Amino acid sequence: MNTSAAQLRERSRALAPGVGLSLARGVAPLVACLVLAVALQIAVRPLMGDYAAKLVLDIGVAVILAVSLTIVNGFTGQFSMGHAGFLAVGGYASGAVTYYGSLKVWGSAATHGGLLSGRPMSVDPSTLPLIGSGDLLFVGALLVGGLTAAALGLIVGLPSLRLRGDYLAIVTLGFGEIVRVCIQQTGPVIRTAAEAAQVPAWKLATSVGGALGFTGIPKYTSLFWVWLIAGITIMVAYRLKRSTYGRAFLSIREDEIASEAMGVNTTRYKVWAFVISAFFAGIAGGLFAHTLGVGLSAEAAGFLKSFDIIIMVVLGGLGSVSGAALAAMVVTLLPEWLRGKHVGPVDLSQYRLVIYALALILMMIFRPKGLLGVAELWDRSLWTSLAARLKRLAGGKGGSR
Amino acid sequence: MTGTIRLWSAISVFGAMALLGACEKKSPAPAPGGGGGTPAASTPGEITIGHYGSLTGAQATFGKSTDNGIKLAVKEVNAAGGVTVAGKKYTVRLVSEDTEGKPEKAGTVVTKLITKDKVVCVLGEVASSVSLQGAPVCQEYGVPMITPSSTNPDVTKVGDMIFRVCFIDPFQGEACAKFARGELKAAKVAVLFDQASAYSVGLKDEFNKAFKAAGGEIVSEQAYTQGASDFNAQLTRIRESSPDAIFIPGYYSDVTNIALQSRKLGMKMPLLGGDGWDSEELGKNAGESIEGCFYSNHYAPDQPTEEIRAFVSTYKADFGGVPDGLAALGYDGARLLFEAMGRAKSLSGTDLRDAIGQARGFKGVTGAITLNDHRDAVKNVVMVERRGGQWVFRASIEPK
Repeated sequence: MNTSAAQLRERSRALAPGVGLSLARGVAPLVACLVLAVALQIAVRPLMGDYAAKLVLDIGVAVILAVSLTIVNGFTGQFSMGHAGFLAVGGYASGAVTYYGSLKVWGSAATHGGLLSGRPMSVDPSTLPLIGSGDLLFVGALLVGGLTAAALGLIVGLPSLRLRGDYLAIVTLGFGEIVRVCIQQTGPVIRTAAEAAQVPAWKLATSVGGALGFTGIPKYTSLFWVWLIAGITIMVAYRLKRSTYGRAFLSIREDEIASEAMGVNTTRYKVWAFVISAFFAGIAGGLFAHTLGVGLSAEAAGFLKSFDIIIMVVLGGLGSVSGAALAAMVVTLLPEWLRGKHVGPVDLSQYRLVIYALALILMMIFRPKGLLGVAELWDRSLWTSLAARLKRLAGGKGGSR
Repeated sequence: MTGTIRLWSAISVFGAMALLGACEKKSPAPAPGGGGGTPAASTPGEITIGHYGSLTGAQATFGKSTDNGIKLAVKEVNAAGGVTVAGKKYTVRLVSEDTEGKPEKAGTVVTKLITKDKVVCVLGEVASSVSLQGAPVCQEYGVPMITPSSTNPDVTKVGDMIFRVCFIDPFQGEACAKFARGELKAAKVAVLFDQASAYSVGLKDEFNKAFKAAGGEIVSEQAYTQGASDFNAQLTRIRESSPDAIFIPGYYSDVTNIALQSRKLGMKMPLLGGDGWDSEELGKNAGESIEGCFYSNHYAPDQPTEEIRAFVSTYKADFGGVPDGLAALGYDGARLLFEAMGRAKSLSGTDLRDAIGQARGFKGVTGAITLNDHRDAVKNVVMVERRGGQWVFRASIEPK
């Protein structure tokens, strides 16, 4: 018995990839993310203009949100409707850190960013370092936002993930609303460093603007940061799907009782999925909060925002990481793209919201699994089945005539 | 079989989308007043100005009225030969974009107006929460922004590019309190406010302060959240305190329900509100229930001045219906901008900013507009009353 176990270990060690290879595998995607993010930051604005740059940035944030929700709604099959709650918590937490952090450190909420951040246009770029001192504060704040959201995910998840289906949906919906109402009750933002120095730290955390929204947060979010994090999120989600944890998540989705019978601690794995998902939603919230012209208000936690994210996940295919990312892109671009469109005398922009909703309805009727189902864009089976379908379609057409 | 149908429908959906995309590229001509898809700057001799507003969504009438007012001003100025900037004549083109009343849309929409349509000045928004997100973008790009009707004091504090042609909430709340205490002789007032709206909370605070200072008493303070449909709980509590009047600083959609439900509960005291009541929908939907109620507004269409009479008649001819205060403010905002363009040294953001900031005693339909050091307009508040199914002018309250 013992010898066979030792033999097994021996064999698995022999089969395992070498240190160099596994390191390369681990680092390569990160490098790819970094290159993509830098390329977008350098190329998009000069080539496509500020408006397109803003849309690419919105898409990035939407991708992070959709992919993070895929972990809960897609992999684990739990229907969470409070994702925007985590977004708002992360946004407010990280916004408070950078805003009041800047007041304490520099005496004002002005940005201290480098070339890779969303620097103000008035600054001469040649004088800037690649990464400014403010960017470090920003990255720290993003982590604070993500961890706060994750902690809240744990607190909410532990009791509520014992529930299933509709009940969980209602609890998470309620959570989002609780966050929204709590934010509405907060006090006005403290504007000067002198005033901020006089009040205790806990008071600063609750001075985040109330119903008017948290304004004045320094704007660090740039294409670089958004797409770096979006790339990391996609990578983590995809690797998670293929790991033992991911297998457990998927087994819970397929049949909770069966997976419990097979020894999967379903509550534990559900809470894990919830916490990981909340962490990334919190980071997305941080990016959202630091974007120029994006209002961080209590409405960000509302259920309408949660629905937007759910729509992306359902459209993309429950359980498909690349599908969620693709749908996030489509859902973000569709309303903007319909802006100012004309078909003959009809101004489509007036019917923007109708067309948007109609596309969703058609999708649900004709492709209820979502764009990709559980497959990923890079799965060969997706393309071979599509090709087979097309072939069948062409053949069937010829036969009937 | 079903697979075939699915595939076909998927293809048709994407085909339709591709077609829409193709249509865009083929017709780059700007639609009059609509959101044109032209990436190019204004043609020589043409100035583009932008408007962002809630053209759809819960407060759609706000955005539409404002847009109509601006359109009217643009039409008039073009009919008169356009504006003259530093000795050169220009015609004016308006690009309007929809925010759906959502704060998070403001940044994208204003970025589009400034960078894609190359507008020289931005008008909008009505809701303060949306203006507060559009304003930093205008400030960042150095393009002046004039909000026609955002009354929250924080909006113009964003920076020196941001102006407004309406009064601010502290003065509006104070005027309502003065009116309730002075004209209505109310001693006890109950307040019902929208706790999720900065506008409502701000107005409530200012009203309470001024009303108490005038020797009145706030007997009950109840909160609701925008979009609620049942106000019976709050209204019953208010009824117990038997106030002489109820102050409701909310938006027209909620006020309609409040008015209907309060009358059903047998409450007959007058209701008072701010300029959020200003929509034809309120009179239409609340009917009898709103009779004998008052709100503070930027202007009253029946005020006996020459400007207002001319404005109301041309507006009626163009759009049908009596212009509300937001239409009047949109009209005034655009006209003040054209007047400032006439005085500006050039069309650059800073020159235009300086010219707008120098507006003194500009004769608008909503009264004489003087911009103070905080880039806020100093002007009268008008109280209107619902009498015989009409909103009629009741009193005008001077600024301090």
